[in-house]
Amino acid sequence: MNTTNHLPSYLEQSDAVRNRFDRLKAREVLLEIKDLGKNYKTAKGIVTALKDVNFTVHRREFVCVIGPSGCGKSTLARILAGLESHTSGEVLLDGKPVTGPGRDRGMVFQGYTLFPWLTVKKNVMFGLEMNNLSATEAGREAELWLELIGLEKFAHAYPHELSGGMKQRVAIARALVNQPRILLMDEPFGALDAQSRVKMQAHLLEIWRSIDITVLFITHDLDEAIFLADRILVLKAHPGEVQELIEVPVQRPRSPEQFASPEFLATKARLESLIHTPEPEPDAEVKPHMIRFVNIADNVE
Amino acid sequence: MNISSWFVARKDLSQGNKTLLGIGSFLFPLLIWCVVSYVPFVWHPMVRISNPGDVDYFQSGMLVDKTVYKDEQANMHTAGKTPPQGKPANPIYLPAPLDVAKAFYTGFTTAPDQQDGQWLYQSLWHSIQIIFWGFFLSSIIGVPLGIFCGTYTPVSRLIEPFVEFFRYLPAPAFGALAVAILGIYDGPKIAIIVIGTLFQQILIIANTTRKLDYALIEAAMTLGTSRIKLLLHVILPGVLPEIYRDQRILLGWAWTYLIVAELIGASSGITWFITQQARYQHFNNVYAAIFMIGLLGIGGDMLLAALGKRLFRWNLSANKE
Repeated sequence: MNTTNHLPSYLEQSDAVRNRFDRLKAREVLLEIKDLGKNYKTAKGIVTALKDVNFTVHRREFVCVIGPSGCGKSTLARILAGLESHTSGEVLLDGKPVTGPGRDRGMVFQGYTLFPWLTVKKNVMFGLEMNNLSATEAGREAELWLELIGLEKFAHAYPHELSGGMKQRVAIARALVNQPRILLMDEPFGALDAQSRVKMQAHLLEIWRSIDITVLFITHDLDEAIFLADRILVLKAHPGEVQELIEVPVQRPRSPEQFASPEFLATKARLESLIHTPEPEPDAEVKPHMIRFVNIADNVE
Repeated sequence: MNISSWFVARKDLSQGNKTLLGIGSFLFPLLIWCVVSYVPFVWHPMVRISNPGDVDYFQSGMLVDKTVYKDEQANMHTAGKTPPQGKPANPIYLPAPLDVAKAFYTGFTTAPDQQDGQWLYQSLWHSIQIIFWGFFLSSIIGVPLGIFCGTYTPVSRLIEPFVEFFRYLPAPAFGALAVAILGIYDGPKIAIIVIGTLFQQILIIANTTRKLDYALIEAAMTLGTSRIKLLLHVILPGVLPEIYRDQRILLGWAWTYLIVAELIGASSGITWFITQQARYQHFNNVYAAIFMIGLLGIGGDMLLAALGKRLFRWNLSANKE
């Protein structure tokens, strides 16, 4: 990265940003993770997926978790959701330990996981009905949410009739209608094309701004993490450990123009240096030996 | 249609071509049958005597082996007597298509030969009832048990190994036992169909249930779904179209057990009709009855397929077929 020399440090924060972080940290702690560890038993022995993960998330904070593949970021989200158990440490939501899945933690998966047999509206109503709300009340809530995500026209469509972006909007609405304390998102836009992804990021920020929700967002896309997050938790692989918890110095409200701003680029440079460490990657051994098979005059470049 | 375009892997066909080939798949065997039946030099190993001549044991209308016929013809020639006359014919067990078609029609219009005999439609109706009860009883045990096995691993480990063993025991082997326990009438026949279907059914439904995308179950759990509601509101509706398709295939299997089942105890239904007709060498009726079973089977399946499409509109794979 040649540009790094001209960039400010990612640790430098403008007054506005610093004030924001001060206010944010003054908020109550919503999620507390202490010495979290997770070991898997496999045929080859015990694999450590997560080791000594410590961090806290404040109410209405937007935290992104980033790291190379195999760093256990998905495992972290799944443990927080209660879909997997942890082998050591503690996960406290509002001071209470997490023991299993529950409606206080909504989750949006990369695969859309909408129920294909239910219409869009019924999908959004699902959580409320499972929690014993009457169908009419659930229907009213669902309609409100469909309007919020702009899909009221598709209320009676089935999931297979929607585009990927629309499906993910429904999935977000379905999770949020339950009024969870925290929304866990496991690479939710990973399967979308570049354009819908940008739209969905802006849309997500809009939702986050408008309602009382804390977001923990897993991604492997650096731009996405910087664009969305207040703080970025950088994990490293084998075993999954916290490398750094970065406070993103980019001002809010965020807009795509900021992708070229010095704070943005500085943060990105830092993330790149953290994630692409000289550690030998598994495919480092694979070295292609390309031979020219065409006439030297027939040059495509 | 260009022949070389036939062998493009999984290439889609136009609706017209699909229909055309579908009709062809029935016409082609029929054509072979017609050729074998109506073209005298194709097979025809027998001779139907039209005039016995001076052969004393020949009768007009009698079917004799071609070699016998030729021997007698030569014998008569050397003896200077009138040789027999006849036309090449197929063995009695291969009636011509037209004869079978006639039998198909007359089966419904002629009264049974015997006083206590049944009309063809009565036999068929009896068979359909046996199938229905056998399949129904099997399903009310097999489908819920299969879903339980596919959902809960301990249940699966408790039940499936035994079922896996039991399904290798041939259902007809239980015939004598079934008669001893359930008498000679419909009881043992239904029991054979249940034994033949149930054990496969449990395993197939369990496997289908296991194929439900686990992410859907996880999504439901993060929405605060309780265990019982998970079964009723996620797993059940999620696998229903696939189970429906499985049931259609299993119903086909139940039909294949029908003939064996009906032979047990007092022979009944369409099997009784077939064995009776075969005894009198009315093979055209035998074929007609066999085709009737085929038609009922495929007709029922097409009906169920159409119903499935209406029931599971949301299911893309079901609507693609």
